[in-house]
Amino acid sequence: MFAPLVLALRSAGLPVSVTEFLTLMAAMRAGVADYSVEDFYYLARATLVKDERHLDKFDRVFAACFKGAELPEGVAVTTLPEEWLRKLAEKLLSPEEMAQIQALGGFEAIMQRLRELLAEQKGRHQGGSKWIGTAGTSPFGAYGYNPEGVRIGQAESRHRRAVKVWDRRDYRDLDDNVELGTRGMKIALRRLRRFARQGAATELDMDDTVRSTANNAGSLELKMVPERHNAVKVLLLLDVGGSMDEHVRLTEELFSAARSEFKHLEHYYFHNFVYERVWKNNRRRFEEVIPTWQMLRTYGADYKLIIVGDAAMSPYEITMPGGSVEHYNEESGTAWLERLGAQYRHAAWLNPTPERSWGQTRSIGMVNELMAGRMYPLTVNGIDAMTRDLGW
Amino acid sequence: MAGFTSTDKYVATRDLEVAVNAAVTLQRPLLVKGEPGTGKTVLAQEVAAALGCPLIEWHIKSTTKAQQGLYEYDAVSRLRDGQLGDSRVHDIGNYIVRGKLWEAFEADRQTVVLIDEVDKADIEFPNDLLLELDRMQFFVYETRQTVVARQRPVVIITSNNEKELPDAFLRRCFFHYIRFPDRETMERIVQAHYPDIRKDLAAEALTVFFQVREVPGLKKKPATSELLDWLKLLMAEDLPVEALRSHDRQVVIPPLYGALLKNEQDVHLFERLAFLARRGG
Repeated sequence: MFAPLVLALRSAGLPVSVTEFLTLMAAMRAGVADYSVEDFYYLARATLVKDERHLDKFDRVFAACFKGAELPEGVAVTTLPEEWLRKLAEKLLSPEEMAQIQALGGFEAIMQRLRELLAEQKGRHQGGSKWIGTAGTSPFGAYGYNPEGVRIGQAESRHRRAVKVWDRRDYRDLDDNVELGTRGMKIALRRLRRFARQGAATELDMDDTVRSTANNAGSLELKMVPERHNAVKVLLLLDVGGSMDEHVRLTEELFSAARSEFKHLEHYYFHNFVYERVWKNNRRRFEEVIPTWQMLRTYGADYKLIIVGDAAMSPYEITMPGGSVEHYNEESGTAWLERLGAQYRHAAWLNPTPERSWGQTRSIGMVNELMAGRMYPLTVNGIDAMTRDLGW
Repeated sequence: MAGFTSTDKYVATRDLEVAVNAAVTLQRPLLVKGEPGTGKTVLAQEVAAALGCPLIEWHIKSTTKAQQGLYEYDAVSRLRDGQLGDSRVHDIGNYIVRGKLWEAFEADRQTVVLIDEVDKADIEFPNDLLLELDRMQFFVYETRQTVVARQRPVVIITSNNEKELPDAFLRRCFFHYIRFPDRETMERIVQAHYPDIRKDLAAEALTVFFQVREVPGLKKKPATSELLDWLKLLMAEDLPVEALRSHDRQVVIPPLYGALLKNEQDVHLFERLAFLARRGG
């Protein structure tokens, strides 16, 4: 009789397996939960959920299964106080975004319309072009398409261009750990490891001890070596801002994975393309710039260079002096990338854009050529291919 | 079956009791996660006390290998004994050093094994222990013997979420996430630890404590263990209740804050807030 629960959990996206189901059955037979519903709930939770991120989902499915109620669908729009929307908007929207909003008669107009609709609307709504609900073309509601849309009750953007998301997520504090999604990447990055012995001699070198002892006509001579450490050094250059915004999550995951795998990891940021300056702190990117020359001098040729960027830009930004969008660069991007390539023998470019659409952007092809074909998609497989191909 | 329940020293919520009893009954490992300072490690000690079993603690470090929990072969001692002509050298078994799990498997009675902070170790560590924890047996290559557990120990594993654990490992465990206690549970915890604390002091201190936790932007929120330390200090100093109560509703730096706030950014944050509060009202 508990099979429906397991099936419902699986369809809600919880990774529940047959093993766990059988464990639950065994525990029931052993009388762990007796005949109390509450105890059964606790037991099922301890057996079937293995990650606190899923607790909330489990609660909802459990309730649905045992009360016959329907799954809640998102947030009731009527509970969103108007003040929130306004405050958030003022705080989060950039001037450009505010300008875009004028397309619908200004933000005030959107909010005004939203208020009117909220007053008019009764009950849930789907489709159509006026009401607040899901899958319509009205500027309000979720899963719809309208570039100026206000999205409500939907976890992430489908078209990547609505104004802002107002989703209330109670369990968010358990759910936002970037670290959690990075296991695959870490395993892939592992191949980059190069163990080397450095520091004080603390470990017994068995081979050398045996050899020395034999040479010594059988009287023991101990030989020690330093412990093995991961000695690979990685220099990470990350593109930020502009077209990279939609890849932020993926880039964060890579960064988080790399951080825990390498002791010698240095990172710098750039915008669109590497020119004569990079920076370490995005918030102070105009005050605390570091000349690229200084970076080249600080980190020697033993570093492995990984550039992360979508390489989507106007070709002039690569080939022409003064082509940069935000400052006048004396030397062209080509010159700088060649300089980096000359210093770092092991260099690769990771691109978060899906590989199949690389052909659609000319600058991606140009960068790939400059990198001598060492551009890889920023996926677990891509990282894998990168480490393999370069013989790291 | 002697079930696990709250003791006079340790307050366990009902869901934790069910999870522990399920793990004990089905003899499978119990994985415990939760905020630091919510009593993950203490849980194992309490389970051992409740079941009347000895506790074997295995603390994991970043350099710990799974093999070290089973056994290690001490080649250096054997080499030395060989040099000195010691007769022990002919039996390789003399140089097998037993690990924590072997100890637990061979014990005369059931034991509780605590594998503390499993996420500290290498990412492959849990996978290397899968079979051993599942079958509760392993093979010693040097002596060609199979060590089988006489009684399956109760295994409690704690994790701080620094690394994600592999699915195959999770499948074999029961899981419990210790939530941060609510005020009611916290009162019971305080009562369990300091039965003779003054009621008014405890109530005031808890109010201040939960206020501190509410302050946005704290790097390390104080947890149960910090609260208990702080209360101990307050009792030792014999502070009047008014010292806690005097500036109600505004944010202030609590007295003896060193026990609650563990890094200088948090202390700065509090000083700034206190400054703003004074200026504002």
